[in-house]
Amino acid sequence: MKNLMLGRVLVIASLLMMGGAPLDAHHGAASFDTTKELTLQGTVTEWIWANPHCFLKFDAKDDTGTVRNWVVETGNPTDISRSGYARLSFKPGDKVTVTLQPVKSGAPVGRIRSVLLPNGEKLGQQAPAPRAGAPPQN
Amino acid sequence: MLKRLIVIIVALVMWFSSPDVRAQVWNSHGMIGAQQPPQTGPAPPRDMTGTWDAGGAGIAPRGSPTAPLTPWGEKKISTYKPGDGPRAPSVIGEINDPLSTMCDPAGFPRNLLFELRPFQVVQTSNQVLMLYMFEKRFRTIWTDGRALPKDPDPRWYGYSVGRWEDDSTFVVDTIGLDEKTWLDNAGNPHSNDMRVEERYHRVNMGTMELTVTINDPTAYTKPWVGRNKLALRLIPSNVDLMEMICSGTEAQEYKKNMGK
Repeated sequence: MKNLMLGRVLVIASLLMMGGAPLDAHHGAASFDTTKELTLQGTVTEWIWANPHCFLKFDAKDDTGTVRNWVVETGNPTDISRSGYARLSFKPGDKVTVTLQPVKSGAPVGRIRSVLLPNGEKLGQQAPAPRAGAPPQN
Repeated sequence: MLKRLIVIIVALVMWFSSPDVRAQVWNSHGMIGAQQPPQTGPAPPRDMTGTWDAGGAGIAPRGSPTAPLTPWGEKKISTYKPGDGPRAPSVIGEINDPLSTMCDPAGFPRNLLFELRPFQVVQTSNQVLMLYMFEKRFRTIWTDGRALPKDPDPRWYGYSVGRWEDDSTFVVDTIGLDEKTWLDNAGNPHSNDMRVEERYHRVNMGTMELTVTINDPTAYTKPWVGRNKLALRLIPSNVDLMEMICSGTEAQEYKKNMGK
């Protein structure tokens, strides 16, 4: 039973992200389905710490028990380092629970909303950037 | 012997407690200025020396509200598929932004209208140098009184001359900008005829405002303001900024993995 649950889609929530896309979306804002959010349990295969955006690759089973290799992005190293992400945040084999927003195309691609690490630490979206005094222009 | 030991210990304590040693900041993402109380005292005249940060407002991912495009501008933008704004495609792999997909230089003034991360200003006797964290690029602004070139060959970052309008306002004019660059992250275009004015107004020691005006009659029906008194905060001079470089191989890897 536990295995069946492992990797299943736990939550499909709608009506999210009403406030517009976050900062980490500006290399492909329109490609994500902002009405969906999935939570998957899986095993890290690779963590790419690079520009323009960092991304995590992990294996997770879908509802039918098929393992798919997901690719989920977060922001650039400069911005996400403020939210606790680091070059060594993940290593292959780590068991993680990833909450993500998938792309519209149905491919196993998305962007990270949060990641629960094996030690219980939770990494979220990148923190909103502080302003230098004036209201932002966008 | 004991006296010498005491002298050495006192010297070491003094050295380790000096601000330069204590407060070295390595690999900072910037945005430090926003976390500190602003320095509100008077600024030295005709001096912008230091590292400046616009915080989150510098990133401006959605693009700029522009003046209406001319037919030339409409034709130019029709082939652009940017990562954000109204023209963004629904699949990441279709984006053709030369900066985010190929790591072409952002060019000027896109480096001010998008991803304006911390930048350092260095003043010499005949130049103002601007050293940008994003892309790790620099611009040379000549202050030796020279005129702008006539009919220059286009460049990614153009040809710039600057002058002090008064003790707290530095004005830069730039021409010779290659139209293959985009103006922002929404893919707003420009022509080789564009002229850009930057106005840096130092309000006080810790704050400066940047206004950028785009004048390109080939692409736009009238001049427009891309940055309107964007607040820049002085950040500590001992901060070592992270590298934030667009690498072609990394961008290719990103597109390969995310572009589905």
